Formats: sequence, C-alpha cells, structure tokens
Amino acid sequence: MKLNLKIWRQKDNESKGNFEKYLIDDITPEMSFLEMLDILNEKLINENIDPISFDHDCREGICGSCSLFINGRAHGPDKGITTCQLHMRKFKDGDSIIIEPFRAKSFPIIKDLVVDRSAFDRIQHTGGYISINTSGNTQDANTIPIRKEDADNAFDAATCIGCGACVATCKNASAMLYVSAKVSQFSYLPQGKVEAKERVLNMVKQMDEEGFGNCTNTGACEVECPKGISIKNIARMNREFYKAKI
Amino acid sequence: MSLISIFKSSIGKKLLMALSGIFLVVFLTQHFLINITSVFSEDIFNFLSHFMGNNPVVQFILQPILIFGVIFHFVMGFYLEILNRKSRGKNYSRYAGRDNAPWISRNMIYSGGVVLLFLVLHFYDFWIPEMNYKYIEVLPEDPNRYYEELIHKFESPVRTTIYSLSFIFLALHLLHGFSSSFKTVGVDSKYYNIIKSFTFIFSIIIPFGFIFIALFHNLMH
Repeated sequence: MKLNLKIWRQKDNESKGNFEKYLIDDITPEMSFLEMLDILNEKLINENIDPISFDHDCREGICGSCSLFINGRAHGPDKGITTCQLHMRKFKDGDSIIIEPFRAKSFPIIKDLVVDRSAFDRIQHTGGYISINTSGNTQDANTIPIRKEDADNAFDAATCIGCGACVATCKNASAMLYVSAKVSQFSYLPQGKVEAKERVLNMVKQMDEEGFGNCTNTGACEVECPKGISIKNIARMNREFYKAKI
Repeated sequence: MSLISIFKSSIGKKLLMALSGIFLVVFLTQHFLINITSVFSEDIFNFLSHFMGNNPVVQFILQPILIFGVIFHFVMGFYLEILNRKSRGKNYSRYAGRDNAPWISRNMIYSGGVVLLFLVLHFYDFWIPEMNYKYIEVLPEDPNRYYEELIHKFESPVRTTIYSLSFIFLALHLLHGFSSSFKTVGVDSKYYNIIKSFTFIFSIIIPFGFIFIALFHNLMH
C-alpha cells in the first residue's frame, strides 16, 4: 500500500511548526498505524532526517500514551480505540493521511506530534485519589457492600486512561469527560464519598485554571473516547459540584 | 462556600447559560400560546395582548426581567464561545466534527446568532412601536388595535419569509439547547430520555407553529 502522509513537524514549543509531506510505500493492511510511523521513521533516519516524534508506550490500548489527530479525528477513523489499535486496513492504497498533534491550549506541543498532557496529572493531584490509612488496619474493600449498579458505574468511569482524546475532539477543548470520570469513579463508592465534596471542588478548580473550555454537551468526547466513558458522568459531576458549593 | 462562587467556575457559567435558556423557553411558550389565538379569534388575541401590554406586573416587572434574560443569554453565549475558542488555541487543519456530533450541537453560536438578528427585526417591528405608542407619544389605548397591527406586519411576503427562516434556526437552536440545558443542570437519570423526547416535540411544534401563524396571516389577509 502506498500512502501520502502530511505530518505536523515542530521542533519545539517555541517554534512555529508546519506540515511536511512524506510518501511511504510497502505498507501492509495488518500493520498498526504506529508501526507505519515506525517504518517512516526508519526511512527518515536512513536519510539523515530527524525522525518524527510521537507518543507511544504499551501499544495495547491500555496506557493512553498514543495520541494523534488523524484525518480530522482523535485516534483516527474508528470508534472506541486508541491510535495503537488503529490498523492500516482502515486505509486504502493511495490515500492521503493528515496527522496532527492533539490541539488544545492546555496541551502545549513538546515536539512534532508529542503534546504535554501534564495538565491532567495536576488535576489528578488535586483530588483524584482516596486518602486512606494503610498502617495495617484498613478494612478490606471487598467486605463493604456496594450496590451492583454503583460498582458497575464506578468501574466504567475508572476505565478512563487519561489519553486526552476527549479534549482533542471537543470543539471547545473541554476536559469535562476526563474530570467527571475521575470524580465519578470515587464518588459512586462509599470509600470515595468521604472526600467527595473537596474532590469535585478542587478538581474543577484546577481544570479551570488549566484553561480547558466549557462543555456544550455535543457528545463528541463520548464518541471518540477509546474506553466509551459516558457523558452521563458530566451531568453527574455538575450535580455533585452544585451540591458541594451549596 | 458562597452560592455566588458557583458562577465563577466554568460549570457555573454554563449553569447560568442553561437557566437563562430554560427561562426563555418558558417565555417562548407563553408568547406562542398568545399568538396562536390570532389564528382563530381576533377578540381573544386582542384581549390577551391588551392584558400583556397594560398589566403593570407584566410591563414593569416581567418585561424588564425578560429583556435582561434575552440580553444575558446572548452576551453569555458569545462570551463562552470566545473562551472556548481560546481553549482550542491553534485550529486543526482538518476537523471531522460531523463524524462525532450533530451540526446543531456544534453550531449553536450560528443558530443563536440568526435568532439574535431576528430579534433585532422583531423588536423594530413590534416592541419599539409599542413603546413609542404607550410611553413616548402616549396615544389613547385602543384594546382592539393589536390584531390589526399583527396582520398589517405580515402583509409583507419578505417579512413573512424572514420570520419563517429565522424560526427554522430557532428550531435548530432548541433541538440541542433545550435538552442540553437540563444536562448542565445535572439531569442524567431516566427522566433525561423523557426530556429529550419532549425537546424534539417542542422544538418542532413551537417554531413551526410560529411559521404557521406568519404564513396564515400573510395568506389570509
């Protein structure tokens, strides 16, 4: 398969950046998208050209490292997957592919397609945890009765891998899906209810300070989320936020 | 925690947007229910219009609240749009928005902008002459003038067309905005599906009802 690639190149955060065109050949349908970029990078290295920087780690759709905005969509032309799970069978011979970094003011570009998503970490630090005494007398969580529905909802919210596709795809670069998932995964459970009020207030405050946009309930984040996090979590967090404020 | 501090947050600003939108939906319903009477009864329409135009509670309490609500909803809408565009920073060279969200939800600023332009025309057509009649020229009140004023306005096919097109954009705005405002308020339960169904019915019936009224008077008089 022969492909025409148009890839965003940017030396560092201060540089202006621009698209570069690359022609790549011998791509097979069973290759993953990241493998295709690996092959391109090998070619660039052999030609003494700076290889394209892009994030990746587990390549199993678990870690949330790989980003990329491919042909106008976060993680490319498929639903419920990360970029590492995108395969070249989704493209045809002769296709043109535009590859850009996730774009948001809160996700500054580090180099090429690599963006700094530490804004998510800072939000997590303000409340995305449960303070618990681990001195040896901690009650086994499995002995605490929890409604099946609450356990399921908490688990669904906890599947968020913090990849940032929600921010990248939202027309407002809003992080509400991410923050609401992190808030909900704890507040559905009795262990999380103790600090629920401080958690939602602090995490929303940090989210605002990071400069993410407002949620306008378009639902795009839910569609592009590789873990299928529901936007019901956003309405839930709104409610929890109002209660905490009142 | 003070209640006011809610509105300093991004969620709070959206809450204000949602509440002002719900308030305007209530007003829109009341406006439609009065206007539709003009189709079948000149007397009822005149009676209701005279009441709304001369009742001191409506004129000096509800009307200023309504005008504030309208201005607030538009100003807040544009303000949030600017903030949201700043949050994106640099735009994508290609953004396939239609692959993951409907046009109506992604373009509320444009459908709202058309409704705003319509309101300028609507105020010029009805509100400003009304204020002039009552408070500037202080003409003697005629309880039977409202129906005549209404049908006179819709004699113009251009105005009728502009009104009809504007109401299509209002329908698009409502189709997303009405149910979305309840999400912002925090409704995510089984009731949300009922709200969504009601939103669809309301967003079709009310704007197209207004179009029907405009066309009715244009064609019948």
